[in-house]
Amino acid sequence: MPIDYIPRTRELYSDYAHYRWVVNETVPWTALKKPIARCKLALMTSGGILYRDQPRFHREDASYRRIPKDARNSELAVWHFGYPTADAEADPNCVFPLERLREFEADRVIGELSDPAFSFMGGVYSARKVRDELAPKIVAELRAANVEAFYLVPA
Amino acid sequence: MVEEVGIPTLTMSSALDITPAVKPPRAVFVNFPLGHQTGKPHQPDLQRRIVRDALRAFETIARPGEIVELPYVWDPNDRAWEQTDYTPGFMPARPSREAADQIEAARIAKYRKR
Repeated sequence: MPIDYIPRTRELYSDYAHYRWVVNETVPWTALKKPIARCKLALMTSGGILYRDQPRFHREDASYRRIPKDARNSELAVWHFGYPTADAEADPNCVFPLERLREFEADRVIGELSDPAFSFMGGVYSARKVRDELAPKIVAELRAANVEAFYLVPA
Repeated sequence: MVEEVGIPTLTMSSALDITPAVKPPRAVFVNFPLGHQTGKPHQPDLQRRIVRDALRAFETIARPGEIVELPYVWDPNDRAWEQTDYTPGFMPARPSREAADQIEAARIAKYRKR
């Protein structure tokens, strides 16, 4: 049975002020304009992936890191306080499937993998910070790169 | 916000109760523990199938807010993780602040001295 994460969050973070869930009434929607095999696709994870000497995240950190699409696993590290990161450290593809998407680019499952990919640390308590600080920067990155499909992986 | 500038989005989902509240345009649920939404470590075939299925959902989801549930099972012989994931004590002990600072300094030094 899938886990009910909302009550578990209330229990885990009971020391904090009551968390107000983001409840959206409407769903934004843009139709895919062409097959995914012809789309330029961008990847973003909230799993706290870092590249080489990029600084780690801190609590309530709504910054993001640009991860070159040709990054090797050995060049990636993980910093996140909210999930057990051992498996992602052993193989970042658990939360950041960069290698798989590179293969899909080579095999023409996707048209092109956008460079760079993006990473942030999803344990940000303030939805406002994510919406008002992080999201506009990511939107600008995606537009500048002419991205045609955006794939997000939470952790 | 991304959809509003004309870029279709799809997110993996780890929580089948939170995702319908947030209402992302397209979501693909995999019932795996947190930190494994595109698969298990060092199992590229499994990762490839999950990501491939997710990308396919870009084309098959026609109704805004639809959540596709993929049939992958973490461990058919053991569902105990569902009782413990994301409950008090599920996080391994973290290194002390000093130890974490040392790990960070070592990682940065490794790349900056070249």
